[in-house]
Amino acid sequence: MSNLFDLLVAGLATGAIYALVAVGFTLLWQTSQTINFAQGEFVMLPAFLMLAAMHVGAPFWLAIILGILLSMILLGLAFKLLLVDPMMRHGVLPLAIATMALAIGIKEAVKQFFSAEASSFPSIVPTGDISVLGHAVSLQSIGVLAVAILAVFGLTTLLNRTSLGHQMQAAAQNPTVARIIGVPVERMILLTFLINAFLVALASLLITPIYLAKFSSGEVLGQAAFIAAIVGGFNQVRGAIAGGLLIGVLDNLAAAYVSTQYRAAVPLIFLIVVILFRPQGLLGRAEERTV
Amino acid sequence: MKSTILAGALFAFAAATSAHGQAIKLADVAELSGGGATVGTNWKNGIDLAIEEINAKGGVLGRKLEVTHADSQSNPGVARAQVQKALDAEPYVLLGPGYSGSVKVTAPLAAEAGIAQIMGGEAAELTQAGNKFLFRTSFGQQSSMPKVAKYIHDEMKAKTVAVVWVNNDFGRGGRDVIVKELDRLGSKVVADLSTEAGQADFAADVGKIKAANPDAVFVYLNEEESARILKELKRQGVTAPLMGETTLIGQKVIELAGDAANGARGHVGLTTDAPVDLIKAFRDKFSKKYNYVPDHNGLKGYLAVYMIKATTEKMGKVDSKAFADTLHGLTIKAADEPGILMDVTFDQNGDIDRQSFLVEVVEGKQVVKQVLPKLK
Repeated sequence: MSNLFDLLVAGLATGAIYALVAVGFTLLWQTSQTINFAQGEFVMLPAFLMLAAMHVGAPFWLAIILGILLSMILLGLAFKLLLVDPMMRHGVLPLAIATMALAIGIKEAVKQFFSAEASSFPSIVPTGDISVLGHAVSLQSIGVLAVAILAVFGLTTLLNRTSLGHQMQAAAQNPTVARIIGVPVERMILLTFLINAFLVALASLLITPIYLAKFSSGEVLGQAAFIAAIVGGFNQVRGAIAGGLLIGVLDNLAAAYVSTQYRAAVPLIFLIVVILFRPQGLLGRAEERTV
Repeated sequence: MKSTILAGALFAFAAATSAHGQAIKLADVAELSGGGATVGTNWKNGIDLAIEEINAKGGVLGRKLEVTHADSQSNPGVARAQVQKALDAEPYVLLGPGYSGSVKVTAPLAAEAGIAQIMGGEAAELTQAGNKFLFRTSFGQQSSMPKVAKYIHDEMKAKTVAVVWVNNDFGRGGRDVIVKELDRLGSKVVADLSTEAGQADFAADVGKIKAANPDAVFVYLNEEESARILKELKRQGVTAPLMGETTLIGQKVIELAGDAANGARGHVGLTTDAPVDLIKAFRDKFSKKYNYVPDHNGLKGYLAVYMIKATTEKMGKVDSKAFADTLHGLTIKAADEPGILMDVTFDQNGDIDRQSFLVEVVEGKQVVKQVLPKLK
């Protein structure tokens, strides 16, 4: 049973990262009907931007700030202006394909300019354990979980409790009406992209010390977060959070109690079951199709 | 008539000088990206360093060596396609790949073409299939695992062992041999855990190891995953001694795992920390050229090229078809060919025999604890 507690904590920590990344999927979908298949690579890149800053002599704290700022410029502003806006007029499918191409481009660029080999990455959370309910729990797991919860709490507060958040939601739900009542829809959409870029940079900072910095590390993460977003509900931020946590815990429990050999299959089976019985996801909202 | 003879003589002279001056073409297919990028990059750099040295001294039989590198992306399917492409160009010898799974699917192609393949794979089965064109640069698992099992049983005094392995040809091959050997020696395997290549989260696997409470843990994963599991083992406070093979205590693993690598032990066929002067000299040259300390794959790539040099000079001609025959049963002494680093003998299966080492990671460095002699 003590093992179960450790597995739950580790699973929640991993799941919190998936949740941060999955939230990005839902934010972009809600505001601009964009499925970003480069979301995993968006998590991989900030770590390399931070490493590059450190290579040229920046201390870690400065590298973090530079990494987050650069991520917001490249993965938020430039992504929207240079890829999403021009491709949007051709429809969702060409845009989705363009994001797949972007994923390959980012991966290859990182491989070319940095290295194909993995690099270690410093942790913002100290190593070591603390005692929780008589169990030794790693500070790193707690730190990851705490930062992710704070980020998600901040995001939901922004969306639900502030005028800015209400404008963002209005822009997402009905852009035409939002425009009529004076909401700057374009600015709200841009803000969503910037928030997504901030969240992936944060996820990168939290997860890279554990998973190592490698050009291909976005593949697994992007896939897990995509599954999490669908399982939880693609059109609901709270769904993505729940989906992320659920997949993280499920993965760990499956490896421990079902089979380590088939652990990768368990989230996929879970995904199929959810889609069969609740296509809109566990906490998602069924969307009507206009004809 | 005179002019015909003269033309013929000129043609023969031109052909002879052309053959003499023509470069000897080698083809390398390695894991330059994907999960095995560390393996392939070290292997490639070792090859390039050896070729640069040999060419600077006049080449082999007066001819320069040339190599083309192709990326297998650590994927056996891609490796097969790349090897086929490389063989179409009719190289003298094929180098690589490093992953056993990729070697397994490419070896029949090289054998069919009658071209020797000098590779880095360690899976036991590779040289047991009767392929007369396949040669190792390092020990196969059938040679190394019995030594590891004996160390776990005799030196670590472990009555119970957890075995954690990567679910690919490399990992499965090692797991099968060590489980059999541990069983034969009387050490009980209390946890037998397979993991995935590229796996990021080892919390559940380490949880299972903790629950099994073994006297020793045998870790047999690829380099990056080895670093991740070492960190997780430390995180979860597993105190049982850790034993592995080359991939657990390699330089890159130590760099990635940091403190978590300290105390890990392993058997290595090759290490740049070996107390051998020629290996120390290699380490210095490699580090100077590439600005990092190579792992065993750098050594493998380097001596693979020197295997070609020594064998070709023994034959006195560049002959792809005779190459494999000459290398079988050949002993190359480091005194005669310093690039081979240690005395080596190749048996009729293409397996290698030479000294090996037992190392421990102490304060972030490999320390050689024992030198094990050649088997024969």
